Amino acid sequence: MAYSKKVIEKFENTLNEPEKFNVGRFDPKEANIGTGMVGAPACGDVMKLQIKCESKGNTHVIKDVKFKTYGCGSAIASSSELVDMLVGKTLEEAREIKNVEIAEALELPPIKIHCSVLAEDSIKQAIDDFEQKQ
Amino acid sequence: MSNEINLPIYMDYASTTPVDPRVAQKISDHLTLDGNFGNPASRSHKFGWKAEEAVEEARSHVANLVNCDPREIVWTSGATEADNLAIKGIANFYKNNGKHIITSKIEHKAVLDPCRQLERDGFEITYLEPNDRGLITPKAVSDAIREDTILVSIMHINNELGTINDLHGIGRVARKNSVFFHVDAAQSTGKVDIDLGDLPVDLMSFSAHKTYGPKGIGALFVRRKPRVRIEAQIHGGGHERGMRSGTLPTHQIVGMGEAFKLAKEEMDADKARIKLMHDRFYDSISKIEEIYVNGDITNKVSNILNISFAYVEGESLIMALKDIAVSSGSACTSASLEPSYVLRALGIKDELASSSIRFSFGRFTTEEEVDYTLTLINHAVERLRELSPLWEMYLDGIDIDSVEWQTH
Repeated sequence: MAYSKKVIEKFENTLNEPEKFNVGRFDPKEANIGTGMVGAPACGDVMKLQIKCESKGNTHVIKDVKFKTYGCGSAIASSSELVDMLVGKTLEEAREIKNVEIAEALELPPIKIHCSVLAEDSIKQAIDDFEQKQ
Repeated sequence: MSNEINLPIYMDYASTTPVDPRVAQKISDHLTLDGNFGNPASRSHKFGWKAEEAVEEARSHVANLVNCDPREIVWTSGATEADNLAIKGIANFYKNNGKHIITSKIEHKAVLDPCRQLERDGFEITYLEPNDRGLITPKAVSDAIREDTILVSIMHINNELGTINDLHGIGRVARKNSVFFHVDAAQSTGKVDIDLGDLPVDLMSFSAHKTYGPKGIGALFVRRKPRVRIEAQIHGGGHERGMRSGTLPTHQIVGMGEAFKLAKEEMDADKARIKLMHDRFYDSISKIEEIYVNGDITNKVSNILNISFAYVEGESLIMALKDIAVSSGSACTSASLEPSYVLRALGIKDELASSSIRFSFGRFTTEEEVDYTLTLINHAVERLRELSPLWEMYLDGIDIDSVEWQTH
């Protein structure tokens, strides 16, 4: 496992202080919650991302985030890294987040880039879910 | 407690063992000018004679552990070379008798890869499926034998599961059909009794470094009665009765000899101690919800225990257990991103295969190490499950298999 120090730190911090690092769940039925779940158990990673939104002007802002991730160390670190980027962003801004930003922030090895792609997919799906409810 | 324990804790004895200090002493006695450093093939002086004597004594120790004639032991560079020599050696020598070989899907790569090579050379290979408990049954072998079958190669103890195959049963099938029977026994020495005086086995591969000996040395048993002939794979000097050329590495050979001598003397005590460690470990770990033993808890060696922790991915578990040295069947720990082919062959779902950890204990494992490992595992599994959306679904009563996942 050629992991960067950043992946290991992010993984360990998330594991040791789950609440501080937004591990948890919102009630997916509530109107202001958007849920995205991507990946598959058979492939070794599943990410569940939930955003709590608040309307601001003619758009919505992400007020809070919760996530749970099943997967390798870099999948968990990628989710956690993405979560750090989300709070305070409008949905348009959040949609613009690209996997390379996560991959670069964590210095992911090439074989683990798909973890950051999955993280990007999870926010897109969560936003779609939220927007469908409106 | 952690103050008394050296971290990380080694729980990967099935991968390799540390050299026993008594073996290390023996090795260092055979290296320098004041030691027994000579070339065992030198016939013209005492240095050579003394080295030859040491090599032959070591050969007797190896033969003694498995109850065969020392003349049936051929030194190799390890079990991988022994497997290559046995499989290619038989195939090349008896190719006019037939071109069909039977092996299994759960063999070590040291058996599978030579078989793949023989396929490229025009041989046909049947790869048997194990049953769901990880066994290759004599019946499965019997059903696969054809008129042109020349060799059956089945491992004794599986390196990932610790399961034990029925060598008597498979050997009888092979004998009845006049087919040679090769056994990869790299995981067996010092763990279970091997009696080649009784077993219907024609060739058997051994490794030193899984039994507290040095790396880089192994041996192949080649039966004399009834005689088994193999074509050499390495030529140059005609050492080892022409079956394996190359100057004999005296220090490694005496290391293997000493390790196998100790294995003979201490097997009963080692087995009893390791069983205590295993049971202490298993009794505690089996209290964790949703864990599965891979293989067969009722038919395996005590030194290997392979467990899947459902809803937790194996690589993340290994990262969370950084103070414990273990192996995983997780796809993420392999270069190919494929979960363990052994677990897959047993029909275990990919996600459970990816959640698997192989714990392996050994001569130097202590009770304190077992207890500390258990504490870390309980903690890590709890934390990772708290983080796992699949665990959440399981607690909510959702069947994971009923969900339509987007595979990627």
